Amino acid sequence: MKQGVVPDDLTRPFWEAANEHRLVIQSCVACKHLQHPPAPVCRVCGSDTVEWKEMSGRGTIYNYGVVHDCPIRLLQEDQPFNVAVVMLAEDPGIQMYSHLPGTPVDEVPVGAEVEVTFEATANGQMVPEWRVVGSSGEGGEQA
Amino acid sequence: MTENAPASMYRTDEGMGLWEHRGKVAAVGVGHSPTARRWDGRAETCVGAISLIALRRAIEDAGVDPAEIDGLVMDPVTTTGAYWPKDKPVPPEVVGAFNSTDNPLDGIAGLSAEWILKNMPELTGIDFTMYGPGCMSNAICVAAQAVGDGLTHTCLVLKSWHNYEGRYYQGGANAGSDLPGTAALHALWGTPACYGTALQFAEYCRKYGKNHDMMAPFIENSRQNGLKFPEGYWASHRPEEITPEDYKAARWIAKPANLFDNDLPIMVSAAYLYTTAERARNMRQKPVYILNHAASNTRPRSLTPTLDEVEADTARTARKIYEGAGITAADLSFENMYDGFAQFHQFHIEGLGYRGMKFGEALDFYQTDISIHGPNPILPSGGNIGCGRSRFWMHTDSIQQIQERAGERQVTGVKPEIAVSGGPMPLGGRFTVWSATPD
Repeated sequence: MKQGVVPDDLTRPFWEAANEHRLVIQSCVACKHLQHPPAPVCRVCGSDTVEWKEMSGRGTIYNYGVVHDCPIRLLQEDQPFNVAVVMLAEDPGIQMYSHLPGTPVDEVPVGAEVEVTFEATANGQMVPEWRVVGSSGEGGEQA
Repeated sequence: MTENAPASMYRTDEGMGLWEHRGKVAAVGVGHSPTARRWDGRAETCVGAISLIALRRAIEDAGVDPAEIDGLVMDPVTTTGAYWPKDKPVPPEVVGAFNSTDNPLDGIAGLSAEWILKNMPELTGIDFTMYGPGCMSNAICVAAQAVGDGLTHTCLVLKSWHNYEGRYYQGGANAGSDLPGTAALHALWGTPACYGTALQFAEYCRKYGKNHDMMAPFIENSRQNGLKFPEGYWASHRPEEITPEDYKAARWIAKPANLFDNDLPIMVSAAYLYTTAERARNMRQKPVYILNHAASNTRPRSLTPTLDEVEADTARTARKIYEGAGITAADLSFENMYDGFAQFHQFHIEGLGYRGMKFGEALDFYQTDISIHGPNPILPSGGNIGCGRSRFWMHTDSIQQIQERAGERQVTGVKPEIAVSGGPMPLGGRFTVWSATPD
């Protein structure tokens, strides 16, 4: 199970939305740039007027690795496990990590479509996770 | 109070032209401490003590009167990922063995310039201290710029590492039950330190049709070179080669990164003596002139750098390196770019265009003669894979190769005239160009 999450000021809107099963990403009001992880100001134009924008919850698998030696104690009993990088449909430059629940270890279809789901962490805080919804993409082990 | 170097001391931008101090600063002394896997708790082996050894050896190597030294640049952070537990008492016999500062962990779990100066009374002339935090690659850029700018004329540069009992990065927050919200955005998924590099390597293999086994000659070569580095951990304590079979059979850490793609955290310290080209002429060792230093401040767009971001930045870094030094890739006698993790060494050297290499070609290059005796030496220091995790073997080796006193590691297939070393990561690295002559 994932460690619990204690929201801080910067990320509280993200975690509160996750508890409502919504995925939000920080967006600059001035230049419309999306950024994740969030920051106090826009990393492109420097504006301090940033807002949280709801995403469609769709994306594609950009890449993945298989963790065999995890530093997080709570996750060690689940080794080995996938950690994929998902690119959001709204902006492929925005990445999110995923354990890809339902996808066998090291059988990750790179390029496949995924959709967001929400999973409880150790303290009940919900966290975005992702499930494969299409069969497109390159399956098979890492080279 | 010693301050961090301002951002203006790093050469971060393209288009800056030749470095204004090109060939006017030189490295003239090298000193290393013994290595250890972990601290054994004794005063004489704490990170402060081994730093004093390295500094005094560098001074002796240069043949300089300590009173002539007027500068010290160093990194105050010494952790390999090991932290002193909050509730663990600081051993009084260790603190009491030295002239301490207000911080009882100074010299044990970190290192201030003040602690060094309190414990090296022979350094009577120091009037310039500065931190170049991160690793030796940062500190030597700061020292080179400081000497060039006239802030110091004879400057020690120091980087030290401490390591304690316990597994790498498995204490602290990683052993806890929850995480702060910001850290959780990337840390919840339990990725080890090598994961980001493993991802880039995975994409690299898909893009260019390569595979993990093709790294074996690089790993074998690195350890062979490292075993010829008497100051290195593996040469000192565990003279074990890594065969291609060993490499291919090693357990995964974050597939496609295995055990031997990762380095081994150790305790070690190194120091260099930098001075002006004029003063260097009268010192004991052959001067190694600095033609340029360059830096990358690039940050990834999101959680982890993509291969495109890495390749764009290594190419940009190479342009900065060559522009400031007034050289081209064809001028490099050898390369000593960083390797800890092994799987980004190819990004560095492809960006450099070492031996005409283009993106996607390094792993094929590794299948050719990359030894110190051939015409295309790869990482003659052995790097972190060959010597343990210090992030400075490549700098020491570049200096010693050009001075032609690298011993068994001495390159024989090329004349050692100009080299480049640096790191750590492709994004955010710091790099130095070394030369046998000032012009």
